[in-house]
Amino acid sequence: MSNGNSLDLSFTATETEASAGIAQLSKGLEVQGLPAHQAGDVKIALAEAINNVVEHAYAGITPAKVKVHCRLHQNWLDILISDTGNPLPGFRVPDGVPASLGSSIDELPEGGFGWFLIHELTSDIRYERSDGCNLLSLRFDFPNGGD
Amino acid sequence: MALSSTTTDTTQIITVHSDRIDAAMAIQFKEDMRTEAEGGAARVVLDLTGVEFIDSSGLGAIVASMKQLGRDRRLDLAGLNPFVEKVFRLTRMDTVFNLYPTLDDALASTTE
Repeated sequence: MSNGNSLDLSFTATETEASAGIAQLSKGLEVQGLPAHQAGDVKIALAEAINNVVEHAYAGITPAKVKVHCRLHQNWLDILISDTGNPLPGFRVPDGVPASLGSSIDELPEGGFGWFLIHELTSDIRYERSDGCNLLSLRFDFPNGGD
Repeated sequence: MALSSTTTDTTQIITVHSDRIDAAMAIQFKEDMRTEAEGGAARVVLDLTGVEFIDSSGLGAIVASMKQLGRDRRLDLAGLNPFVEKVFRLTRMDTVFNLYPTLDDALASTTE
């Protein structure tokens, strides 16, 4: 894996296609040697990032493609997610503030966990808006190597 | 979203027959939970043994399912695999729900 294994997938930004795409990417990364103890974190962050594209970038407009490029190295994994939807608010990565649990069951949040989870589970997040495209890159470092 | 349920004297067990609860099925899950739980026992145990993956939309749907049970009933969760359990822990929802490693553990527990 010294030069890195790569995995590419592209699908239409609908909930159904995203669900199948996330499952396919998760399986593909495991086949390529993603360390088992890292697989859970990667799956959660990947799913939240792709769901954000479906729910927000293409909100109110016709969903186009989401392209995902993964490159697995010995000690880290890079995932690049690109789409042609609306930019992130303020052209920046949203803060990862966890949703407040409130003080009663009625106040419990039913959403707002996505960016918090992505921040918690990744080593680095970068965002770029270029030529009408959103480019989000997520990096996962594997402190113990890729054994 | 396939759910099935069995009821004992005090507990309704609702089993999820899907390996994931994600954004694509969150709304359906919430609606099916409303139908399935209607008129059941005061305690509902959601058996997640077959669930391998959950995202924050799925988590939100479980929270919504608890809310729609109302104040006199309670939702406990059983059979969480380490991955599913981690999503609950990271979002601190493990402080809101009673989590049991297996369905048997949940049924053996008679607290509250």
